[in-house]
Amino acid sequence: MTPAILLKIKGKMGGQTARKFRQGLSSPQKGVESMKKYSDLEFLRLSKWQKFVYKFLSFFVAIPKAILNFFVGIGKGIAKFFAGIGRELADVVTTFVKGDWKTKVSYVIMGFGSIARGQVLRGLMFLLFEVVFIVYMITTGGYWLSMLPSLGHQGRETIVETVTKFGRTTEIETFQYHDNSFKILLYGVLTIFFIVAFIYTWRVNIKQNKTAEKILKSGKKLKSGKDDLRSLVDDNFHRTLLALPLTGILVFTVMPLFFMILVAFTNYDYQHDGLINLFSWNGLNGFKQMLTWSSGGVNYSAAFGEILTWTLIWAFFATFTNYFLGMFVAMMINKKGIRLKKLWRTILILTIAIPQFISLLYVSKMFSDNGLINLALLDMGWITKPIGFWSDPANGAILSKIMVIIINIWIGIPYLMLVATGILMNIPADLYESAKIDGASGWKQFSKITLPYMLFITGPYLLTQFTGNMNNFNVIYLLTGGAPTNAKLSGASAVGHTDLLITWLFKMINGTEPKYYLASVVGILVFIVVAVISLVVYGILPSVKNEEDFQ
Amino acid sequence: MNNEKRHMGMRTLNAVSNTTIHILLVIISIIWIIPFFCIVMQSFRVESTHMVSYVIPHTWGLDNYKNLFAEGSFYPKWYLNTFIIAIFVAVLQTLIVLCMSYTLSRFRFKIRTKLMRFMLILGMFPGMLTLIILYNVLKDLGLTEANSVPGLILVYVASSGMGYYVSKGFFDTIPKSLDEAARVDGATRAQVLYKIIMPLAKPIVIYTILTAFMAPWGDYVFAQYVAHLVPDGYNVAVGLNSWLSLDQIANNYTKFCAGGVLVALPVGILFMCLQKYYVEGVTGGAVKG
Repeated sequence: MTPAILLKIKGKMGGQTARKFRQGLSSPQKGVESMKKYSDLEFLRLSKWQKFVYKFLSFFVAIPKAILNFFVGIGKGIAKFFAGIGRELADVVTTFVKGDWKTKVSYVIMGFGSIARGQVLRGLMFLLFEVVFIVYMITTGGYWLSMLPSLGHQGRETIVETVTKFGRTTEIETFQYHDNSFKILLYGVLTIFFIVAFIYTWRVNIKQNKTAEKILKSGKKLKSGKDDLRSLVDDNFHRTLLALPLTGILVFTVMPLFFMILVAFTNYDYQHDGLINLFSWNGLNGFKQMLTWSSGGVNYSAAFGEILTWTLIWAFFATFTNYFLGMFVAMMINKKGIRLKKLWRTILILTIAIPQFISLLYVSKMFSDNGLINLALLDMGWITKPIGFWSDPANGAILSKIMVIIINIWIGIPYLMLVATGILMNIPADLYESAKIDGASGWKQFSKITLPYMLFITGPYLLTQFTGNMNNFNVIYLLTGGAPTNAKLSGASAVGHTDLLITWLFKMINGTEPKYYLASVVGILVFIVVAVISLVVYGILPSVKNEEDFQ
Repeated sequence: MNNEKRHMGMRTLNAVSNTTIHILLVIISIIWIIPFFCIVMQSFRVESTHMVSYVIPHTWGLDNYKNLFAEGSFYPKWYLNTFIIAIFVAVLQTLIVLCMSYTLSRFRFKIRTKLMRFMLILGMFPGMLTLIILYNVLKDLGLTEANSVPGLILVYVASSGMGYYVSKGFFDTIPKSLDEAARVDGATRAQVLYKIIMPLAKPIVIYTILTAFMAPWGDYVFAQYVAHLVPDGYNVAVGLNSWLSLDQIANNYTKFCAGGVLVALPVGILFMCLQKYYVEGVTGGAVKG
C-alpha cells in the first residue's frame, strides 16, 4: 500500500466526517429522555467520573426506548401498508367510474387501452403477460394452488404382486409415486409470486390508462414505442440496469427464503421427505419444540439456549479482540520512525491473500490431538498426554473456545489493520498538534482523540462485524467442526461446544437424519436475533450518517 | 538547558519505544508466517504421509506434488472445477454488482431507499437456509453432483447483487457534477456510464473482480452440499477437506499440504499484485458501509 492511496482516501472523506465528529464530541448523546439530561455547558462542568457514568447510563437508558421504537416502527409499517392498499383500491374504483370505455375494457383485457391509444408496444406486453398468466393458471398453477393447503394426499405406494413362474412364487414389489409435497410447496410458492406479479401488473395497466387519459385531455402526445425503448437507456436506464440483478435476487434469495420460512411451519424432515412420506402443515410445533423446555426426548430448547449464549459470547470477543488488536497493530506500523512498514503489512496481508480454508484447515490439524503441536510437545517430554485443544470438554470446553477466539485473531487482525490504517490517516492532524501544544501525553492523545474518533466512525462497521461473526460459518466449521461434542445435549443433531447457531443449522440439514423444519426455525430465530440487535444498536449509534453527506 | 534535557529525554524514550515496537512486529510477523512455513515444508516431506512432530523434512522430494497429478487422482479435476467457477463468477458477478451499485448510487427513483432497506433485511437471514431448496431445484435441472460447476456458478452469481455496498461507496465519491455536465451536453444515461464513469471506476472494477475471483476458492458450504459426495463435482476446498477426514488423513496429509500450496500460490500472487486495489476497497468501504 502506498501512502498516496491513503492520502486519496483521506481526501475523499476528510471534511464532512471530521466536522460531524467534532459536533458529536461537543454535544451529549441524543435520545436520552427518561434520565436527567444535561446541556452542553452542564455536561462540561461534570467531573471525569461523572461524565463517564453519564455516558454509560445514557447508552443503556436508550436501549429500552430503541426496542420500543423498533416495535412501534413495525406497527406503523403495517398500518401504513394497509392504508396504502386502501388508497390503491379506492383509486382503482374511481378510475373505473370516471374512465372512458377504453379504460373500462382494460380492466378485463389488459393493454387494450394502450393499444387503442396508439401505444402498441406497451399494450402488447400487457396482453402477452395476461395470456401467459391465464394459460399457466389453467394448465398447472391452479393444481399447485389447490394442493397447497394439504401438501398432497398420498405418498409412495408399494404394490406387491405375486408372480408364479416355472412353479415358483415370488413377490415383486413395485413403487408408485403420487404426490410430492416438496414440489407442491415449491410450485405453490411460485404460483403465489406469479399471482402477486399479475395483480401488480394489472394495477400498473390501470394507472397507465389513467395517466394516458389525462395527457390526451391536456392536448399533449403520448409516448410512442420508440420513445419507450429509447428511455430504457436514458430516463429509465436504472430499470435496465437493475433488471438482471433484481431478478437474480428474487429467484435465488427472496423466493427460497419465503419457501424456507414456510417450511418452518411444516414437519419436513428425514421421516417426512415429501416423496415417500408426505409432509404436512404443522403450525407452530417447530417453534414450540425449539423454544419450550422438554424433559423427555431431545431437549432442543436447552441446546438452543446454550448455543445462542456461546454465539453471542463468540461474536462479542471475536469482534472486539480483532478490533482493538487490529487497531493496535495498525498504530504500531504507522508510527513515525518505524522502518519496513511495507514488509510488516505484506506479511500480515498474507492471511487474506491465501484462501481461508487452507489456513484454517491447516491450523486446525496443527492443534489436533495427534497434530504437530501435540506431537512436538510429547517428543520434548513437556507433556505426557496430548492436550485436547479440540477434544477436551472440561469446564464447558473453555480451552477450545479460547483457542477458537485466538485463531480468529490470527485470521482477522489483517483486515482490521487495513481498515484502521485508512481511518487513522484520516484523523485531522490539527487535533494532535493542538493536543501536543497543550502537553498531552501519548496515552492521552490515544484515549481522547484516536479511540473516540475510531469508535465514532467505525460504529456501523462494528455492528456489521458483530452480526457477521454471529454467522461466521467458516472459522468455526473448518477449525473445530463444532467439537468437542457436548454430551449433555446429545441427540440434538450432534451439537458441539463450539457450535454456533449457523453451524448447528448446517448440521441439521446435512446429517444423515436431516430435520429441515427445525433448521428453518433456527434460521428464523437467527434472523430475529440479528435484526433486533442491528435495529436497536443502529438506533443508538451516534454516527448513523446521512447517506447524502458523502456525495 | 532544562528544555534541551527534556528534549533529549523524549528522544531516548522515543527510541526505546520504537525498538520495542520493532521487536513486537518481528514477533508478530513470525507468528503470522509460521503456519505457512510449516505447510510448505511438509509438502516436500517424502519419508511419511501422516502428521509428524517435526517441521523440516528428513528427506526432501516432490513426491507429494507428483501424487496430486498421478492417475486416478481427482485433484486436477477439482482444480479445474474451481478455476472455471472462479473465472465465470469473476466476470458475471462484477457485471451484476456494478449495475446494482452504480444504479443505487446515481439514480434517485421511487423505490430506491425501500429497495436498499429490503436488501439489508434480506441479508440478515442466514443464506445457508436457501441451500435445501436450491439443491433440490438444481437437482431437478441436473446441475448437482458431477455437474455441480454450472449449478454453483448460477448460485454464486444470482444473488451477488446484494453485495453492492463497497462499490456503491466508491461511486458515491465520484462527483455528480460530472454526470450533469455530460447530460447537459446531450449524453444519454447509458453514455454517461460508458464514457464518463467507467474510466474513473477502474480501481473498484478491479477490486470487485478480485474479490469475486477469490471467493469460490474458499467456499465450502454450497460446494459441499451441491456436490453431494460425488468427487467429480468437488471444488478444491471440499476436495482437500475430504483428505483430512479420519480415515484418509494418514495417507493424504502431506498431499493436502502440497495441494494447498498449489492453490495458495496463484491466488496469493494474484492478490499480492492487486493488493493496492483491495486495500482501497476495504478502507473506503468499511467506513461508508
